[in-house]
Amino acid sequence: MAVDVLYFAWVRQRVGTGAESISLPTDVNSVSALITHLQSLSDGHEAGLHQPERIRVSVNQEFVALDHPVNDGDEVAFFPPVTGG
Amino acid sequence: MKVLVQEADFDPQALADAMTNMRVDAGALTTFTGFVRGGDGLKAMTLEHYPAMTQKALEKIAHEAMTRWPLLDVTVVHRYGRLQPGERIVFVATLSAHRKAAFEAAEFLMDWLKTKAPFWKLEEGADGEHWVDAKAADDDAAKRWE
Repeated sequence: MAVDVLYFAWVRQRVGTGAESISLPTDVNSVSALITHLQSLSDGHEAGLHQPERIRVSVNQEFVALDHPVNDGDEVAFFPPVTGG
Repeated sequence: MKVLVQEADFDPQALADAMTNMRVDAGALTTFTGFVRGGDGLKAMTLEHYPAMTQKALEKIAHEAMTRWPLLDVTVVHRYGRLQPGERIVFVATLSAHRKAAFEAAEFLMDWLKTKAPFWKLEEGADGEHWVDAKAADDDAAKRWE
């Protein structure tokens, strides 16, 4: 399956891209499994995602927890805690 | 209900007037305007956001305010892009028959917007650029509405 992955703020800077399409093995079916998979892709991914407790996640534009499922075609975004307002 | 996510500046008075124009049922309008605060060598601030999510998230927050308080109308405007100290950054306005709902809902909107809308601030200062960290005080302020 494939998912669209987005990165924002310092996560984007460390990973080195703002968006990418990723093909996943079928056993990667949750946000936490996706993080582990992404960390293996490059030093930048590892640097951006190595502290999951500092990252917030959305799936299809809704905030979710790390155990949330990931399905084919989902848009998953990783970013720091928000600082708008 | 009006929710705008835009790079351009906005006119708080025009936004307020648009809410009250031709109405006779409103007794209270609360408006809040947030500015980029200067100091500590701040040169500029760039707001990054998640375009596909931002509008949706702000509409959800505005809708939540309308279900919790007897509001006649809500306006939320949030800017993105590079802003200088002193520039307007965010606007919320709440219209109600009575002041208590208007005051409370405006506070609620700002508290939730700070913790539930996908914006990130990058500050440019004398010592370079750095991302603003989320504040525990903002989390606490948002939690009191749960």
